[in-house]
Amino acid sequence: MSDLTKLTLTDAVKGLKAKEFSSREITQAHLDVIEKANPALNAFTEVTSEHALGMADAADTKLAKGEGGLLAGAPLGVKELFCTKGVRTTACSDILSNFVPTYESTVTQNLWNEDAVMLGKLNMDQFAMGSSNETSCFGNVINPWRREGEDTQLAPGGSSGGSAASVAADLCLAATASDTGGSIRQPAAFTGTVGIKPTYGRASRYGMVAFASSLDQAGPITKSVEDAALMLEIMCSADEKDSTSLKIETPKWTDSLSNGVKGMKIGIPKEYRVDGMSDEIEGLWQQGIEWLKAAGAEIVDVSLPHTKYALPAYYIVAPAEASSNLARYDGMRYGVRQEGDSLDDVYSTTRAEGFGDEVKRRLMIGAYVLSAGYYDAYYLKAQKVRQRILMDFEEAYKECDALLTPTCPSAAFGLGEKSADPVEMYLNDIFTVTANLAGLPAMSLPVSLDKQGLPLSLQVIGKALDEDTCFRVSKVIEDAAEFDAKASNWWS
Amino acid sequence: MGLEVHAQITSNSKLFSGSSTHFGADPNSNVSLVDTALPGMLPVINEHCVEQAVRTGLGLNAKINLFSRFDRKNYFYPDLPQGYQISQFQYPIVGEGEIEVELEDGPTITVGIERLHMEQDAGKSIHDLDPNATYVDLNRSGVALMEIVSKPDIRSPKEASAYVKKLRSIVVALGTCNGVMAEGNLRADVNVSVCKVGGYDKFRETGDFSHLGTRCEIKNVNSFRFIEQAAEFEARRQVNLIEDGGVVDQETRLFDAETGVTRSMRSKEDAHDYRYFPDPDLLPLKLTQEYVDNIKANLPELPDQKKERFVSEYGLKAYDAGVLAAEADKAAFFEEVAKGRDAKMAANWVTQELFGYLNKFDLELADSPVSSKQLGGLIDLIANKTISGKIAKDVFQKLIEEDDADPAVIVERDGLKQVTDTGAIEKVVDEIMAANPDQVEQVKAQFAEGHKKPKALGWFVGQAMKASGGKANPQAVNEILKQKLGI
Repeated sequence: MSDLTKLTLTDAVKGLKAKEFSSREITQAHLDVIEKANPALNAFTEVTSEHALGMADAADTKLAKGEGGLLAGAPLGVKELFCTKGVRTTACSDILSNFVPTYESTVTQNLWNEDAVMLGKLNMDQFAMGSSNETSCFGNVINPWRREGEDTQLAPGGSSGGSAASVAADLCLAATASDTGGSIRQPAAFTGTVGIKPTYGRASRYGMVAFASSLDQAGPITKSVEDAALMLEIMCSADEKDSTSLKIETPKWTDSLSNGVKGMKIGIPKEYRVDGMSDEIEGLWQQGIEWLKAAGAEIVDVSLPHTKYALPAYYIVAPAEASSNLARYDGMRYGVRQEGDSLDDVYSTTRAEGFGDEVKRRLMIGAYVLSAGYYDAYYLKAQKVRQRILMDFEEAYKECDALLTPTCPSAAFGLGEKSADPVEMYLNDIFTVTANLAGLPAMSLPVSLDKQGLPLSLQVIGKALDEDTCFRVSKVIEDAAEFDAKASNWWS
Repeated sequence: MGLEVHAQITSNSKLFSGSSTHFGADPNSNVSLVDTALPGMLPVINEHCVEQAVRTGLGLNAKINLFSRFDRKNYFYPDLPQGYQISQFQYPIVGEGEIEVELEDGPTITVGIERLHMEQDAGKSIHDLDPNATYVDLNRSGVALMEIVSKPDIRSPKEASAYVKKLRSIVVALGTCNGVMAEGNLRADVNVSVCKVGGYDKFRETGDFSHLGTRCEIKNVNSFRFIEQAAEFEARRQVNLIEDGGVVDQETRLFDAETGVTRSMRSKEDAHDYRYFPDPDLLPLKLTQEYVDNIKANLPELPDQKKERFVSEYGLKAYDAGVLAAEADKAAFFEEVAKGRDAKMAANWVTQELFGYLNKFDLELADSPVSSKQLGGLIDLIANKTISGKIAKDVFQKLIEEDDADPAVIVERDGLKQVTDTGAIEKVVDEIMAANPDQVEQVKAQFAEGHKKPKALGWFVGQAMKASGGKANPQAVNEILKQKLGI
């Protein structure tokens, strides 16, 4: 029965429809694996077993009648950032440690509407702020992957570390995640999984705890490109409850992802060849180029001249929005309140105790860059940079259909290795933040292992609303790479 | 002075959520997930409120900005669930405009409108329910407001209240704000500064605010009377301060309606840094000219247009026309009374007698004991000479005292019909002359001295009217007297 956890989402859904196994069986199989693995990996913050089996039985009833939605009976994990009705949602922060929503996020509701099963909530960096999962109030997730011959604990990436680790370790068929500066793609890259952030506005932000509103997008972390397409086309929807949600139909990417890349032009942005990039990453990138050429794509060199300003701009815009978005966590209406002698005292103690250090650091940066006298120099300048970055992409897309880059400058690093220096940690987002700033779809997929046996990934950045090309390019690379490595099952 | 008026937009639901705006609901009953700022909740603009703001802008003869944007004004307070107020800081929906304001003593001033923007109201903190706790009612939280900012064109407390009255009459006529100040529908932040003689003129010439002196802002003044009192007190306070060698500090002040004084709330140094920035949860508001034109084409008649029509159509005096046109219900009442009658007489009766009575007892027109139909009927009786104007006032009093009475019935019942029968009047006159030979001589003497209207004649008219119980037609009395006295 444990083989059921090895299935891709696509195959599991087929098996369920064909009644090869029941939802209860595949759900129970995952619950069993979680029970063994979670004490070691800390990927789930809460396992909702009873809830999951109830949903599984409901799906089985439908499946038995030949009914059921596109994900009928498939057990999934949900990032702590998504509000789930009746199930605690904390954003992995002490300040929300007692918060149980009375409502469901649009993205997760879309999954339940297709009869998917929720296994539980997944660990993440606190309020999605972090690249290593070390800022979670539940303690960090452990990457299922280890360097060959070592037992050093590695970071799963962040902020969707729980989502990535649980998919990599077969604790769920797929997981919801969110990406503000790379929070889907970087952990996917660190764990040998597939992740896509859609075009800004494709997925509703309703019911998703906000970090930086103009950058946040939901997306899936999955075991394959096809799974990612299936998840994403269900997660996305036009939602009148989110003003920034695009009021357009979601395409059926699963129908077109195998259409190949013949005749496509793939851009290679020279600015992504950064100093100190390893030969392995360089080689991997070249390998990707060769595969795409072989599949009939044309490779063109392009320039994104403002790339070097992306990271500083991101670390102004995102904290600025966060400083305002997180103002609602004041202990007045919900969440954890610390008592005090005065109103100011209640505010400061509640927030000082409730937020972790990284969150506080960003709230302070955010308040600073928006404050009188600094607004023009920081926030406004960053918005101008953001505009330039978008124009860079528009210019580049006159020459090509999509861009191919590495996802991260390195493979997974050890826990604690970078947490002492926030700036070094921020540098991890260098290849991923541009897509958020420009609102573009971007996908990460594993391609090979480095010499220490850790997965390395490539990133495909598409034009706005052209997830289709991301999927097609990724599918070609996936087929050519034949990446089927799994983390050694050291936890069971 | 410059005023910032907060007017609650008439709308069934809030600016960014579907919650009801109904006044007087139980605390925290008109509250949605969005209003409480639960995690992951997002604002969605109420299109009706946008239309109302545009309509108001058009009513203020102002420029409608086809591009506007919502910004966040960040500060912490328990009745502000999001930790920020969504407002329009940099790009308001309405730009510059101007309105004509009639002052009570006659002249009209023009007050410039700087801008109008939409924003969310905050909730209400209740401090007096418990000595150790503050309660918060979020019913108002998120209710749509229009902030209408005037230019510093207002130069006296009377002008300030007249300006707000005019603003109120416009928004009420437009149906964009109920204007009920007692319910907080309309309230004003009053900015007051004083300057030396000539300073204001220099400001007008140069646009340089330094000629105007340091301003203080008096927050949330919620009646016309308080606006006048607050402005009066504040101006005197500033003048006294300067005359005593002091300096006015820029600050925010509160008006205490009990004592009639303003006191400091926070100084400029303590002013919040609101860290305004564009709200990333909302898209910029883009309107089409066609949308604006369509609203413009369907605007109701505004007080100024109505006033003009009352002057041209009914021949009213500008001031009376202004009083009647200022409020839709008063204007409608007047038009009902005036229909098919002498409009000037109707205007007189409505403004003098009826409004005089209502003002005296602090009543609204809706509570008037006399209907337009009754008042019209009364005027008909004057017009067809059934009663005199003087008797009409008595009948008016009876209309107030009695329920649903018909003026014609009252006149008949109480025998108030005017006596036009010359025979009866002659008889009365003869009797008075016979009884007062001295007075007869006096009138004749005065006439002989060249007085065309001898004073003593008035005495005879009075006696005759008195003797007839006021029912005699005064004109007829006059003529008969003159004839009999031979003058």
